Amino acid sequence: MSAFLSIHPSFSLNRVAAIVLRHWYLMRSSWLRMVEIAYWPTVQMITWGFITQFFLTHSSWVAQAGGVLIGAVLLWDVLLRSQLGFAISFLEEMWSRNLGHLFVSPLRPAEFLAGLMAVSLIRALIGMVPAALICIPLYHYNIFAMGLPLLAFFFNLLAMGWAIGIATSGLVLRFGMGAETFAWAAAFGFAPISAIYYPVSSLPGWLQPIAWATPAAHVFEGMRAVMFEGVFRWDHLIEAMALNVLMIAGASALFLLAFSRARALGKLLQVGE
Amino acid sequence: MTPAIDVHGLTKRYGSSVAVDHLTFAIPAGTITALLGGNGAGKTTTLSMLLGLLTPSAGTIRALGADMAVDRWSALPRMNFSSPYVDLPLRLTVQENLNIYARLYGLHDVSARIEELAADLDLDGVMKRSTGSLSAGQRTRVALAKALVNRPELLLLDEPTASLDPDTADWVRGYLSAYQKRQGATILLASHNMAEVERMADDVLMLRQGKLVDRGAPAALIARYGRADLEEVFLDVARGTGFASTGEAAT
Repeated sequence: MSAFLSIHPSFSLNRVAAIVLRHWYLMRSSWLRMVEIAYWPTVQMITWGFITQFFLTHSSWVAQAGGVLIGAVLLWDVLLRSQLGFAISFLEEMWSRNLGHLFVSPLRPAEFLAGLMAVSLIRALIGMVPAALICIPLYHYNIFAMGLPLLAFFFNLLAMGWAIGIATSGLVLRFGMGAETFAWAAAFGFAPISAIYYPVSSLPGWLQPIAWATPAAHVFEGMRAVMFEGVFRWDHLIEAMALNVLMIAGASALFLLAFSRARALGKLLQVGE
Repeated sequence: MTPAIDVHGLTKRYGSSVAVDHLTFAIPAGTITALLGGNGAGKTTTLSMLLGLLTPSAGTIRALGADMAVDRWSALPRMNFSSPYVDLPLRLTVQENLNIYARLYGLHDVSARIEELAADLDLDGVMKRSTGSLSAGQRTRVALAKALVNRPELLLLDEPTASLDPDTADWVRGYLSAYQKRQGATILLASHNMAEVERMADDVLMLRQGKLVDRGAPAALIARYGRADLEEVFLDVARGTGFASTGEAAT
């Protein structure tokens, strides 16, 4: 069985599963935690649902595709939940001063990151699925009707959230809890250039290349292409995937550098509240 | 026979401050060795480097035959560690914590091993309780269960009986000694408790200001320093008095 679960001799899916289990135990230990995960996406969706209903009668652009704002807010929350899910899970290890135990075990940093990515996926699903389901009776908008493109958008935004989560966790590991704010707020910094609610072309010219360097801008342009034109833009998907590979590789390198520095400074034993 | 731990020129510097200064020692397999020294002597720093949590500034460490600088992953599954200063997640139950660590160490018989540890360490009544709700003594036993979950060949313990009442501390010492004999394990413990060291250790490494200043069996050290017990030897070493300064035993 363990041979089946091994991708590479040095990478153990069993240890990745142990990290997932650790955070699953934590999540299920309190129903309030579960509610907290689903609370903001639902509140956001309800608010934007009413805004959409208003714009449907006041904006010809929104009227062309009634779900464009709700779809955007739901997908943006995928990125936010992914990044927060990763960063909060990492912070849980810092708060509980558990890193020392984890890293004297055979757990490798890559397995730790993979485990937190999986936890982030679970948290994103817990956050998003109820909000998306509530949309159906409330606003007659079913994001699942988007079909396979939704999966492509979901996983690209999830991956971008992971990249930001990995990078901010590296900063917290390197600079301590003083950098905790980044773990909470970093994803919001990408919102203006992610073309969530408006096309990239509406940004100032100098900002557009920066926007196109984010996977999220390609996802949201792709989403609008599906909703307004009924076409799936493969070019946006490929560019988003390529950018995500670069972002995750860069963020992982940053994290490993921070991990190495934390080992040099003895921070794996000292970190915590 | 390959020593369980083989250290050469181990040094840790933080800027201009030297926490551990060119330590060289070997610890034979199947023995209990104590690291003894005052606050700031370098005990925890040495343990951290042996565990791979802290990168040495200089020197080499071989643990269970593996070079910890390049191949610590081959040794870590056969080692474990306990410290009162590193918590297990307090919100998780004892059962959950042990379950996670059993899986991290790649155990195949997870349930059986946890049941065995619960019985051995008298944890049956607290397995479903959150770790944070336990008393200091119970938490120490849980930490010990985590440290023994993979039946380590090499066990590193930082003050294993700190903040325990004498009865619980005595029980922990007895349990660790029995484990060491049963498994033929190697134990390296850092402690301030001289009675503990006298009772448990086959060998003592005396540290002062990051340097290894003396070494020997507890009885041999007591005789060499001409003192009544290890506590008096410790004071000589820590203060640089008696045999530690003159090379002549106290009379």
